[in-house]
Amino acid sequence: MAGSNKINITPPRWLLAELTYACPLQCPYCANPVDYANYQTELDTEDWKRVLTQARKMGAVQLGFSGGEPLTRKDLPELVKHARDLGYYSNLITSGYGLTEAKIVELKEAGLDHIQVSIQASTQELNDHIAGTTSFQHKKEVAHLVKKHGYPMVLCVVIHRENIHQMADILAMAEELGADYLELANTQYYGWAHTNRDLLLPTQEQFEQAEQIAQAFKEKVEGKMKIYYVVPDFYEDRPKACMNGWGTTFLTIAPDGAALPCHSARDLPGMNCPNVKDYSIEQIWNESQAFNFFRGYDWMKEPCSSCDEKEKDFGGCRCQAYLLSGDMYAADPVCSKSPNHHVIQEAIDSAKASALAENEKPLVFRNSKNSKKLS
Amino acid sequence: MTLNPDQLIKFSPLHRLQWEEAQQKDVILYPEGMVELNQSSAEILKLCDGSRNLAQIVADLEQKFATTGLTNDITAFLEVALKNGWIQQN
Repeated sequence: MAGSNKINITPPRWLLAELTYACPLQCPYCANPVDYANYQTELDTEDWKRVLTQARKMGAVQLGFSGGEPLTRKDLPELVKHARDLGYYSNLITSGYGLTEAKIVELKEAGLDHIQVSIQASTQELNDHIAGTTSFQHKKEVAHLVKKHGYPMVLCVVIHRENIHQMADILAMAEELGADYLELANTQYYGWAHTNRDLLLPTQEQFEQAEQIAQAFKEKVEGKMKIYYVVPDFYEDRPKACMNGWGTTFLTIAPDGAALPCHSARDLPGMNCPNVKDYSIEQIWNESQAFNFFRGYDWMKEPCSSCDEKEKDFGGCRCQAYLLSGDMYAADPVCSKSPNHHVIQEAIDSAKASALAENEKPLVFRNSKNSKKLS
Repeated sequence: MTLNPDQLIKFSPLHRLQWEEAQQKDVILYPEGMVELNQSSAEILKLCDGSRNLAQIVADLEQKFATTGLTNDITAFLEVALKNGWIQQN
């Protein structure tokens, strides 16, 4: 194990329960693993209840029900009720697909605190194209119903080259729908988004223009709507403080029960992610190889190990370091101090060339057929 | 947005105030976020139940802690709370 035993282990605060990989949408930037179709088994209701109970006992308080599409799980209301009884703040992270008013009411009564609805674009045509499913009108209805039943309404829009030109319209749509929070999530290039990066990564000019529009809007709606802006790290000089530090705050449980320090951790070589069917959350969090792997600073290489900013960004994202440099111990190549920093500019150039090409290759949509082909 | 001293103050229904045993702290929970509170902030927010205005909250706390002169501190905190959407008026 790379981590040291002397590290002070803080308890988990955030539990992300990826209930299922099943999803009626096919978003080409999905954060699920590209080979998700290989994971067929799902934890049952009792497994999930045990996981929620154990993590709560350790101090987890924010709980995300995610997926895939968590609404495909028939036991969702039962899990929500269990979470409420334990004192979690429960967030449902959904495409809205299949969400009826009756279900919204049922989940509220079970104790759900908030619903985050994703919308892919500001127009029906583009939304339905990106989602790979006719869903735009229904998503807007769901947003209205979420408000009507007293939930804080969070609208989440993933931003990429296909929709970044709609920024002003997206903001107007969020205002019209009465969103309490708007998450503008610049695509992070993992999983399916990594596969489709040439088609999704905007140019720096596009980013800057969109950011300016979003910034002006943020000031305009201050006090009415909160904006969460997920930074496009390819255009930053310093990496993100990924997961607030490995094994410090976040615990993700994949549909099959694998416990992950971040949702791409399974892709790292030699990362034996423990399964909640075999170990308790306390054992997993405190003792497992996977959760101790990048705790602390002993695992770092130069330029990170002697960097005066290492306690701020923890060397950036381990999965991004591995994806882009082939070395999971390396500095995140987003950092301008990284010897691999040139790969970022190469990715930007490659995406630009793709955008200018006469016959741009098509997006690879996230579905089981493509997953099997790619795994 | 500024605090109206005459209007009743209530905790926002879009947030949740709760005691966290693991942290030995009161916290405010909201979509994907949490604010940890110190004891005095928590005491103020617990009185924001829609039945008191600023002066009444100050009076209750001064009585509870047998002290005086809390008006400025409580007002400053409630201004912050209002700006963050933790409390509402009207």
